[in-house]
Amino acid sequence: MAHSEQEILAGLGEIVDEIAGVPADQVTPEKSFVDDLDIDSLSMVEIAVAAQDKFGVEIPDDQLKDLKTVQDVITFIQK
Amino acid sequence: MSTTEVVVTGLGATTPLGGDVPTTWSAMLDGRSGITTITEDWVDTVPARIAGIAAEDPSASLPRHRLRRLDRTQQFSLIAAQEAWNDAGAPDVDPIRLGAVVSSGIGGILTILEQYDTFREKGWKRVSPFTVPMLMPNAPAAAVALEFSARAGAHAPVSACASSAEAIADAIDMIRSGRADIVIAGGTEAAIHPLNIASFAAMRALSTRNDDPQRASRPFDTGRDGFVMSEGAGIVVLESAEHAAQRGARVYAVAAGAGYSCDATDIVLPDPEGGGQSRAIVDALADAGLRPEEVTHVNAHATSTPAGDVGETLAIRKALGDSAADRVSVTSTKSMTGHLLGGAGAVESIASILALHNRQIPPTINIEELDPGVVVDIVRDKPRDLPAGPTAALNQSFGFGGHNIALAFRTP
Repeated sequence: MAHSEQEILAGLGEIVDEIAGVPADQVTPEKSFVDDLDIDSLSMVEIAVAAQDKFGVEIPDDQLKDLKTVQDVITFIQK
Repeated sequence: MSTTEVVVTGLGATTPLGGDVPTTWSAMLDGRSGITTITEDWVDTVPARIAGIAAEDPSASLPRHRLRRLDRTQQFSLIAAQEAWNDAGAPDVDPIRLGAVVSSGIGGILTILEQYDTFREKGWKRVSPFTVPMLMPNAPAAAVALEFSARAGAHAPVSACASSAEAIADAIDMIRSGRADIVIAGGTEAAIHPLNIASFAAMRALSTRNDDPQRASRPFDTGRDGFVMSEGAGIVVLESAEHAAQRGARVYAVAAGAGYSCDATDIVLPDPEGGGQSRAIVDALADAGLRPEEVTHVNAHATSTPAGDVGETLAIRKALGDSAADRVSVTSTKSMTGHLLGGAGAVESIASILALHNRQIPPTINIEELDPGVVVDIVRDKPRDLPAGPTAALNQSFGFGGHNIALAFRTP
């Protein structure tokens, strides 16, 4: 089941808000999770698990570390 | 004496009586009980169905994304530490001269149990990546250190229900030894869960006066049938007198000294002769440079168990001697707060400090018939004024394992 880029962005915004307390409207494609949104590595693990649940796409640990920006995650989920 | 004097410049607490120190203190003076009936769906699975639930839930002051990565012990400790820090005037201090000593008796057990449920139901991938930094016994100390950039050292002495008194004792030492100018010290507990209630009930340590929760915690009464489990935290800001004077800080009291001992007679039962308890008091007085007759008030550990309470009064008499013991006013604020376990020593130290500062001793409530074995004067039902002039108060805390801590505070 394919998700549109807009759906994924909105979903990620909700997840990041819930887990890291970053308002959803700040979660935009060009943002880096670590540098721009100030999200630490343990929170990234939680975000990845939540994204898997929401979009039904598993993000393996060895690929998680390469997902630096919001756009990286959107692209990964769409693939 | 060349010993560095240590003073108390800030107080913070969140307890079953109130979400901060002023509400907790005024409830104590009013003789109000913070004990209620547990309303969780598991309540019928345990024999003790009453507890001292925090009057203000941490969700009222911490945002959701912080709550999910902090154990409830850490949440309480941060709320109390913030209050204490603000109360101390948010001091300007070099982070490497600021310490944190924050204990919990049990640690992050709610996290352990909740995450174990998650693990069994959903597998390892659904276990929170914050489980370890939430469950570790040093988690509250680390959280407080992180929040206030306390880089001189963060410690978490663990001695069951004496833990937070030991934290304050260690914090006094940390300042005296020159390792820090200011230490945020105290303790926290959050253990209201059916397994913990079952565990204490299995020891027959809990009150089962379920039909009358507000009268269940009754230290020194002949009808006492166990303690009532409570949750919350108490935090004090301790500071070298020199540092406090330099910044013109308000001083509540002098944290004059501490005494430590271990009964080493039984893993849980206190020494019936009160030998270890009395030694802790004697050592605290010596450490504080106080004579017994300078002590006019004792905030007792007295938890409302049949095995405790009376022996403690014997220990007070033995340590102070008859002449001083005849004139000391003893109270157990656990009659109102219930037993905050690892948070108890700090909350009761705050009560002792405020008794000196406000010249009023909070009462022990719920004594219908005083146990005839009690050999000191208990402040009952109504607050009592402290005599004018320089004076001192003791706070006692004991923990399963035979741990005894006595803290001595005196007027500035």
